[in-house]
Amino acid sequence: MSTQAAASIPLGDARRVAREASVTRRRRGRVGQERTNWGTTIVLFLCALTVLVPLYVTISMSLKSTAQAVDGNAFSLPSPIDFSGFSKAWALTNFPVAFTISILVTAASVIGTVLLAALASYAIARNWDRKFFRYSFFYLLAAMFLPFPVVALPQIQLTGLLGLANPLGVIILHIMFQLSFSILLFTAFLRSIPLELEESARIDGATTGQTFWRLVFPLLAPMSATVGIFAFLASWNDFMMPSLIIADSSMQTLPVVQQIFQTQFSNNYNVSFASYLMAMAPAIIAYLFTQRWVMEGVTQGAVKG
Amino acid sequence: MTTETLPSTHPAGRSATSEDGATTTTAPPRAAARTRLKTEGIYLWFLVPTLVLFTLAITVPAILGIFYSFTNFIGFGEWKFIGLTNYIAVFSDPAVLSSYLFTFGFAIVTVIIVNVIAFLLAVGLTSQIRVKTGLRAVFVIPMVISGIVIAYVFNFLFSNSLPAFATSIGFGPLQESILANPDLAWLAIVLVAAWQSIPGTLLIYIAGLLSIPGEVYEASAIDGAKPLRQLWSVTLPLVAGYVVINTILGFKNFLNVYDVIVGLTNGGPGTATRSIAMTIFTGFTGGDYAYQMANATIFFIIAVLISVLQLRLTRGRAAIA
Repeated sequence: MSTQAAASIPLGDARRVAREASVTRRRRGRVGQERTNWGTTIVLFLCALTVLVPLYVTISMSLKSTAQAVDGNAFSLPSPIDFSGFSKAWALTNFPVAFTISILVTAASVIGTVLLAALASYAIARNWDRKFFRYSFFYLLAAMFLPFPVVALPQIQLTGLLGLANPLGVIILHIMFQLSFSILLFTAFLRSIPLELEESARIDGATTGQTFWRLVFPLLAPMSATVGIFAFLASWNDFMMPSLIIADSSMQTLPVVQQIFQTQFSNNYNVSFASYLMAMAPAIIAYLFTQRWVMEGVTQGAVKG
Repeated sequence: MTTETLPSTHPAGRSATSEDGATTTTAPPRAAARTRLKTEGIYLWFLVPTLVLFTLAITVPAILGIFYSFTNFIGFGEWKFIGLTNYIAVFSDPAVLSSYLFTFGFAIVTVIIVNVIAFLLAVGLTSQIRVKTGLRAVFVIPMVISGIVIAYVFNFLFSNSLPAFATSIGFGPLQESILANPDLAWLAIVLVAAWQSIPGTLLIYIAGLLSIPGEVYEASAIDGAKPLRQLWSVTLPLVAGYVVINTILGFKNFLNVYDVIVGLTNGGPGTATRSIAMTIFTGFTGGDYAYQMANATIFFIIAVLISVLQLRLTRGRAAIA
């Protein structure tokens, strides 16, 4: 996914992004006019339609009857409103199974990425003077230069041989491809945590493991959120990897099962759109509740690196 | 809240950055002194399992794939070394060549369109507008939607709605789906790919624009610069670093294009929109395993070269991606 994008310019910009709304433009406002720029506001509202119209089409198509959906007019309102597309899509894609697999793959990828990357980063950051840890860091980072298509064929071959041509194999690969970027973020963040905190914990008798779990890991929470959001987006929306790795089509993830509407049932547009909507909705709904975090987290991750 | 607080937050953010960039190579010395006293066995437990898993999942397949690219392996059964034969054949294969031309052309056009639109949106979204947070939230929505699913939605619009509309107004050229037209199908792919990747680019530009201190606008306004002139002569140079990063990251990302094409044209009509990734994957079903691994190795070298270029261009900013 594109947001893998670990660019890296200044730190600290990120957090401002979401909350600056009121503050930022006052600066400029001192000189220019203090009032709202209505022209720009209206242009932006029109631009926002390019995002909203495809979503409207998806919703309205999914509520049409098969007869109405087939006329090709995507923008008309559904009349009569017909929910039968959803029940058909539910059955055709075996939605409960695909949804459960997607949730499991995504949850395991997110948790696995955050835990493995945090542990490895902590070990690396606190042993930077040792060659082994330093070289491990660069070794793990090297995967950033490796696009998935380059190693896809051998990975398909090996996961097949090892009995991992299933969602578990996808989970492992999702975590591994997410590691480089996540370790980069965690190690940068770990350097900003004062060592005195850990030293005092150790004076109180905490072992390294206790120090990590009770003190460092909670302190990493903001960065864990960022790493987790990237891992979520990469895993939940992924089509390429599951479609190639998972051999059994009844074990496919939600984005991949949408393929059936291209070959079969291709004229039941209300059914296919109901299915697309059910595939999109969970992430959109989750986003609407967490959008501030997501925007902040993605900016932080993308800008920081 | 007022202008006074901002100058102080900005330098702080900046200096943290440069410090951070520098410490990529030199760790806090105190860490060194302390860990030598402590047992470090636990640290190995934190790191080594991940290293092993990473090696098995990424490094071994990579080496295996490069190894097979020098053989005539077809995915199973026996094989023997055939030297550089695959590489020579790849270089003279019109199918491979056309996939590279298509993918690079697509990536260049898309990266330009995405950056121009995202930059302008970012300027708009950081100006004095109403419902700022709400608008931003809307523009970021495409980021959380799966590429394949939105490509299917657009597929319907391109192949059903647009021709139906063109027919109703009697506009000839668009009465047939543009996805079925070898000369126009790529435009649809550019459009959907751009739709999907503008949010990420946009967020980076917003961060860039917010890092510009207000004083420079005040200074240029005093010198008589109009808003457009400010945009061109003040804003753009100050976010140049962000432009470089967005361009390279976007380009690398678009070279891997796959989902959107599968959802729109599946490489067609014919092979007009077949990307490099799609060509490589034919090696799995088509018995061209070793041959496509030679292709993949070449692609890998190109990816590394672009990354090296990126590191050079963003030097001093500790960029790795």
